[in-house]
Amino acid sequence: MEAEPHVRLRHVRMAFGSRRVFDDLSCAFAPGKVSVVLGGSGSGKSTMLRLIAGLVRPTAGEIWVCGEDVTRLSERALGRVRRKLGMMFQNGALLDSLTVFDNLAFPLREHRALPPQAIADAVHRRLHDVGLEGVDALLPRQLSGGMTKRAALARALMMDPVVLLCDEPFSGLDPISLRRVEDLLLRVNREQGITMIVVSHHIASTVRMADNVVLLLPDRAVEGPPAALLDSDDALVRAFMREEDVAADTPFEGTA
Amino acid sequence: MIAAIARLGALVIAGLEDMGRLALFAGRVGVAVVMPPPRVRAFLDEVYKLGVLSLVIIGVSGFAVGMVLGLQGYNTLVRFGATNSLGAVVGLSLIRELGPVLTALLATGRAGSATAAEIGTMVATEQLDGLRMMAVDPVHLVVMPRAVAMVVVMPLLTALFIVLGLAGGWVVGVPLMGVDAGAYMASLESAVDFRDDVLGCGLKAVVFGVLVGLIATFRGYTSEPTSAGVSTATTTTVVVASVSILICDYFITALWGV
Amino acid sequence: MGQSSGRDLAVGCFVLLGLAAIAYLSVTIGGLGSNGPTGLRLVAHFDEIGGLKPRAAVVISGVKVGQVESITLGEDYRARVVLNVDPSLALPVDSTASIMTAGVLGDRYVSLQLGGETEILKDGDAIDFTESAVVLERVLGKIVHNVGGGDDGDSSSGNGKQDESSKEGGE
Repeated sequence: MEAEPHVRLRHVRMAFGSRRVFDDLSCAFAPGKVSVVLGGSGSGKSTMLRLIAGLVRPTAGEIWVCGEDVTRLSERALGRVRRKLGMMFQNGALLDSLTVFDNLAFPLREHRALPPQAIADAVHRRLHDVGLEGVDALLPRQLSGGMTKRAALARALMMDPVVLLCDEPFSGLDPISLRRVEDLLLRVNREQGITMIVVSHHIASTVRMADNVVLLLPDRAVEGPPAALLDSDDALVRAFMREEDVAADTPFEGTA
Repeated sequence: MIAAIARLGALVIAGLEDMGRLALFAGRVGVAVVMPPPRVRAFLDEVYKLGVLSLVIIGVSGFAVGMVLGLQGYNTLVRFGATNSLGAVVGLSLIRELGPVLTALLATGRAGSATAAEIGTMVATEQLDGLRMMAVDPVHLVVMPRAVAMVVVMPLLTALFIVLGLAGGWVVGVPLMGVDAGAYMASLESAVDFRDDVLGCGLKAVVFGVLVGLIATFRGYTSEPTSAGVSTATTTTVVVASVSILICDYFITALWGV
Repeated sequence: MGQSSGRDLAVGCFVLLGLAAIAYLSVTIGGLGSNGPTGLRLVAHFDEIGGLKPRAAVVISGVKVGQVESITLGEDYRARVVLNVDPSLALPVDSTASIMTAGVLGDRYVSLQLGGETEILKDGDAIDFTESAVVLERVLGKIVHNVGGGDDGDSSSGNGKQDESSKEGGE
């Protein structure tokens, strides 16, 4: 294959109390590629992202991120790994008491001793990258859904991450904003070679943008390029990917 | 019958576990206080939110309580012809007990619940996770400045409550009830001792500040990430902090030797 | 940042107000700093202090000049009272310390009357002339005893009164 994957899960088991999410999940995310994690509700897609970020610990298994097993690290050591990651949260998770400018400047001010002008330049450059101009002084609650997503993306990119984690970047967006965010993510990936792991339930954009798809079904995971899954031998996989009319009791959903 | 006892036991154990978690949390906050960078901006913002914005309720309540003390005190002292001691009665009541306790209870309701709700909302909207992802400790940035601000603000608010209470007592006693102004102040000054009364009051205020600061931030920080969770955090803060204040008040009063 | 500077001003004012209130309560009301170890200490022995307490006022001509620092039982079983007064006072060695009562509730305080000698009391000196507190029960007991005595020692007030009125009637 190609180079060593930046993110790899090995035999990960995850359960919340008695609710099993994965039993024995192993997959790898190739560097520099766009990988999309698909699945029904409760399939554990968002949980997988949080596991990679070290925000939750698995019941068993190893999770290797940029050469370190995050399941073994203390909160302090996780900080070291997280500086190479960027996370785009579903609702933005911008600090609601700070302006957009201060939100983007925040990671730089915390971790880099840069003069104010350099910080301002970096912030404006990223805002320009995501197509947000003139919103410096706005508060997060004053942004529209699409603008929030783009600001969240800009913030995630501020520290030049190696891996970008995106939790449902298309949720709640109208088709035009959705397309915009999709194009943005692709452009960032092409221009900066950032590995992207995107959690989504939107099949159409997945087919368009993904180099690799990880489909989480209740009992197993299926990996492969979108084209392969669309023509899969497995009827369930095919049906999911083609968004076909499925019977109400089709087992796509996990034990939510 | 057995089931009821078992439930009581489970409740006690749960309560102790909770206190244990609170103690560990307090330790984390304590460590965060001495770690760099100093969160001056956040601290000043919190002093504003917890202190300045509480001035109205503290001031009005203090004055009102002082007026009631003046009235009740006068009605009792007049039977013994001892109305000249009104200043002492109002002053000692305020400084020893009502000042620190009422200020802390009011602050719990206003500032404590606001803090719990704020932090709880940050949990629910993933802002704290966002901070973790940026390798920033949420306890250091969000919790610590609020807890420290509460400790600093409480003695200041208590002092203002008491001073306004003394004024309220004066307004009822002197112009309204005809107590001699000089006698009011003289009995007040001679009855109040710095070591026994004022210092004890200051200690109470600081301890109450620590209690409210830690309980409010802890409840917010550990709340369920839902709107029901935020609401529970807020109400639990008020209940637990209020009861803790009253219980601690007894122990401090007893141990201070007053 | 304009919002911050307005807030900072409010915070500054709040803190200043609070500190001023603390200072007022500590110094003016609580008496911090006055009559500390720098005071002039004098010792007085009394047969009866009658409810005098530490921190009671020490007064000259009605003006407060210090307070009672401590009250203990002396070797001769008299009350040993240490007074802490303004160090700038010049008190003659033959001054008197009396325990007085203020108000109906019986608050006790110490009143100093100046003597006539030229030599003045220094820190740690004893006041030789003292007047003990007047205790109400003893006074009443004395009246009753004086009036009722002379008979077979029956000191019931009824008898005493009768005797007195008969004496007066006789005059």
